[in-house]
Amino acid sequence: MYDFAYQKPASVADAVKLLATGPEAKVIAGGQTFIPVLKQRLNKPSSVVDLAGLGLSGISVSGNTLTIGAMTTHATVARSAEVKKAIPGLAMLASWIGDNQVRHRGTIGGSLANNDPSACYPAAVLALGAVVKTNKRAIKADDFFQGMFTTALEPDEIITAVEFPLPVEKSAYEKFRQPASRYAMVGVFVAKGPAGVRVAVTGAGQNGVFRVPEMEAALAKSWSADAIAGVKVSPEGLNSDIHGSAAYRAHLITVMARRAVAAAG
Amino acid sequence: MPFEGIGASVKRREDGRFLAGRGRYVDDMNRPGQVYAYIRRSDRPHARIKHIDIAAAAAAPGVIAVYTGADMAADGIGGLPCGWQIHNKDGSPMAEPLHPVLAIGKVRHVGDPIAVVIAETKTQAKDAAELLVIDLEDLPGLADIRAATAAGAPLVHDDVPGNVCYDWHIGDKDAVDAAFARAKHVVKLDLVNNRLIPNAMEPRAALGECDVAGHYTLSTTSQNPHVIRLLMGAFVLHIPEHKLRVIAPDVGGGFGSKIYHYAEEAIVTWAAGKLRRPVKWTAERSESFMSDAHGRDHVSHAEMAVDESGHFLALRVSTLANMGAYLSTFAPSVPTYLYATLLAGVYKTPAIYAEVKAIFTNTVPVDAYRGAGRPEAAFLLERLVDAVAHDTGIDRVALRRANFIPADAYPYQTPVALQYDSGNHEMTLAEALKAADYAGFPARRAEAARRGKLRGIGISTYLEACGIAPSQVAGALGARAGLYEVANIRVHPTGSVTVFTGAHSHGQGHETTMAQLVADQLGVPLDQVDVVHGDTGEIPFGMGTYGSRSLAVGGSAMVKAMDKIIAKGKRIAAHLMEAAVEDIEFKDGAFRVTGTDKAKALAEISLAAYVPHNYPIEELEPGLEETAFYDPKNFTYPGGCHVCEVEIDPETGVTKVVNFVAVDDVGRVINPMIVEGQVQGGVAQGIGQALLEGAAYDANGQLLSGSFMDYTMPRADNLPNITVGTEITLCTHNPLGSKGCGEVGAIGSPPAVINAVVDALKEYGVRHLDMPATAEKIWSIIQANRPKMAAE
Ligand SMILES: Cc1cc2nc3c(=O)[nH]c(=O)nc-3n(C[C@H](O)[C@H](O)[C@H](O)COP(=O)(O)OP(=O)(O)OC[C@H]3O[C@@H](n4cnc5c(N)ncnc54)[C@H](O)[C@@H]3O)c2cc1C
Repeated sequence: MYDFAYQKPASVADAVKLLATGPEAKVIAGGQTFIPVLKQRLNKPSSVVDLAGLGLSGISVSGNTLTIGAMTTHATVARSAEVKKAIPGLAMLASWIGDNQVRHRGTIGGSLANNDPSACYPAAVLALGAVVKTNKRAIKADDFFQGMFTTALEPDEIITAVEFPLPVEKSAYEKFRQPASRYAMVGVFVAKGPAGVRVAVTGAGQNGVFRVPEMEAALAKSWSADAIAGVKVSPEGLNSDIHGSAAYRAHLITVMARRAVAAAG
Repeated sequence: MPFEGIGASVKRREDGRFLAGRGRYVDDMNRPGQVYAYIRRSDRPHARIKHIDIAAAAAAPGVIAVYTGADMAADGIGGLPCGWQIHNKDGSPMAEPLHPVLAIGKVRHVGDPIAVVIAETKTQAKDAAELLVIDLEDLPGLADIRAATAAGAPLVHDDVPGNVCYDWHIGDKDAVDAAFARAKHVVKLDLVNNRLIPNAMEPRAALGECDVAGHYTLSTTSQNPHVIRLLMGAFVLHIPEHKLRVIAPDVGGGFGSKIYHYAEEAIVTWAAGKLRRPVKWTAERSESFMSDAHGRDHVSHAEMAVDESGHFLALRVSTLANMGAYLSTFAPSVPTYLYATLLAGVYKTPAIYAEVKAIFTNTVPVDAYRGAGRPEAAFLLERLVDAVAHDTGIDRVALRRANFIPADAYPYQTPVALQYDSGNHEMTLAEALKAADYAGFPARRAEAARRGKLRGIGISTYLEACGIAPSQVAGALGARAGLYEVANIRVHPTGSVTVFTGAHSHGQGHETTMAQLVADQLGVPLDQVDVVHGDTGEIPFGMGTYGSRSLAVGGSAMVKAMDKIIAKGKRIAAHLMEAAVEDIEFKDGAFRVTGTDKAKALAEISLAAYVPHNYPIEELEPGLEETAFYDPKNFTYPGGCHVCEVEIDPETGVTKVVNFVAVDDVGRVINPMIVEGQVQGGVAQGIGQALLEGAAYDANGQLLSGSFMDYTMPRADNLPNITVGTEITLCTHNPLGSKGCGEVGAIGSPPAVINAVVDALKEYGVRHLDMPATAEKIWSIIQANRPKMAAE
């Protein structure tokens, strides 16, 4: 990696100030995406601002909201009693991200800010109609994801937390792993909650996470795996690479969605 | 004291230091004044080098030197040598184009080294390498062997027409043609053996040093330090042996990829001489993907002539083998003497003819990788036998039995040069079928079907050849090196023993197995024996470790050296006990006068040998240390039966290996636990090849699977519990009776897996599919055949 200045501020306000010092200042959370990028010299930040000292980690339920701090690791989400109780599919999703080491470093904020088209969390956040809170504003999931590796975040904006509306009646995630990286080749999160019935797909789309309205309509009528078995997803706009053609991914979306609905009970 | 001799599952002595992080690898070595090399490589598959401007890089902070191919040429350095020469059908030698250490004129594969930057720190070297201005003019590239042999294909080397390295053959073509003419069935099969990227856990590294007197030391991640010393010293850098020491310390896995003499070894040694500072290079993982020799990569057509009762009459094979962009050290031998000679397998097929064309492409050089040629042969043959069963309707087990070379037919001369010494294929087959509960399979298939899963079972009855030998024959067949092994056994004055072996351990557990062998034979406790390997400054000239040879060849050299120790010890004992030499026997670590209770322990004899006060000094030299070189009379021929059971999810195409049984005949076993570990690891690699792994290039030669994000290494959860058994026959021509176990797992397993997958898919009309049998491939087959099934 290239040399950079390292800073570890103690407040969000200070972190934002440090980010404003240069266009090439970047924040680091768990580093599970950012450090490999630095090692491959694909990014040359002037300074790196570590979010670890901001107190952004933690999970709480108050009223009809489950709040997960941006710096909460996947491992913490996976084993959280609150998450398991309120949104079991979310805990399941977190438990399947990467490996044990990755889960103990990687964070929900980092995953969302990065918006890797094959990352898992975007599917849950979109399907559950969550709200991404930043130092500046609250961004609805529907507005947050703007294509592969692209989000609504501005350069000096830091995710502070993610709010999931409760009660969630049903939730589950099914993941078809890309065999080498084990990221989602096709990940489907199904949910029934305050945001309605939603089916969100990650891994498959060229533009990142997306919803499948036909499945949502079918499930709204009847929440069962059979209800969507006949829904065929078009390969149009889906990824195609050495691990899977667009047609294969399209097929897997229906299979994973069915399995997710079955798992959600 | 627990039994620790031959046959005991002693825990590996080396694991303590490995598990505690105390191993000492090349990258752990640091020298005063050391500088770092970073190699700028081609990111293009094929391009002309128009100009290289080093000025900015050379002026960057910390930079000590920047060298290109021109600088090496100016020092009289030519190319990297190839250690094996194949001759064409017409007797002319193979094409052997220059393999420059640093590219000259052209780059020919992604990863081809162009320039080296040497700086005070690794980061400075890497920073400066980015400042090199390399003006490349892209040329059309090639990755696929078939495309490379098409008319008008671009040339990888301007001086190699048609990209053909050699066009070779073996066997009696006329006899084969005649047999095909009278065959009842002719069964044909086209197969691809997928290209693999080895990925040893430790990336390659090299540290070159040169002292004031002009003595060089190269520490390198090698499986055979003496071979590197010879190749690099004599053929590349022109440093005489007495001024060049090569050390291969702890090495974290090789699987063949660390046999070869690589450019980086020559670069750091040469640069250390020029700069008179130690120069270190350590590969980054992404460099490993594009610079470690790859494995396999064959495209073959095979035909079996079969009579009405299912006997094989003749086999005809034609294979295209990808050499990559240059000839790696032993590349030419792999698709010829380690592949086509194995095409008889365990069958008494009377006539065999094989043609092999080796082809250059714009890809990383291909060379031996765990199994080296024998996995390609076993895959072809064991798939073809299943295809014969499929086409003729004969049961695949019965078909194999009908064609086995019977146990009483050994020694057996095959029609493709090899003479097998021993084996019993019925024995390993029967044991494997039992262990896999083959008879109970239909019930398991029915049960899986009730769960909506497709279950299949596959077997492979393979044979392979280890400890490539003998030197004279190999020499006549193109080898440019000897194939013996050496051992020096030093009994110290008080009876402890140091064994110096030319073999090299990089995961095999030699420090344990070899110590067990010597402790057992000399009758001393295991902790009194140490094994030294990997340093040309300490060990005699040996050939290293590859082809599962270390015990069969290296261990045999130890037996010969111990015979000499014992013979000398008897003479000393006879003197001390005033008996005739003929009356002395050596047993349980003591020399005894037969028929009496007079005895002297080995330690008493060794003390007398080094403190020769009462010693037959007129007839015998003092000391108790012997060296033996052992040149095997033949290969050894391990074989066995692997049974694989898979379950396929028809909705996704995902295959799960649900059971795997390997029953192998590896000859005499010294340490059963280590043998089991070797087989387990080999099977893991074989399952990886069959289901997951495959180097992906685009048509032009751009590497698409250049990291673990895209290259699927098998992981623990891809593997079943592997049941390993051994049922042995002894090798008849070496003193140990051992055959070798390092590669059997990777050789026998891929066809067993694919045969199981094909079996699972048989209702879909599947007769063959190529590796890796990925989920998408299987799903596509199921999709394509669904309408057919529905129509039936
Ligand atoms: C081996 C491996 C396997 C993996 N497998 C999976 C998988 O199966 N599924 C999956 O979803 N992911 C997977 N990941 C990615 C993992 O989930 C990462 O944790 C995640 O992509 C990034 O989170 P992080 O906290 O590490 O962020 P970092 O790497 O630190 O940062 C990522 C990016 O987000 C920015 N950023 C981080 N935090 C914030 C914030 N609070 N506000 C604004 N910007 C921010 C950074 O500036 C950077 O650009 C894997 C990673 C590895 C290494």
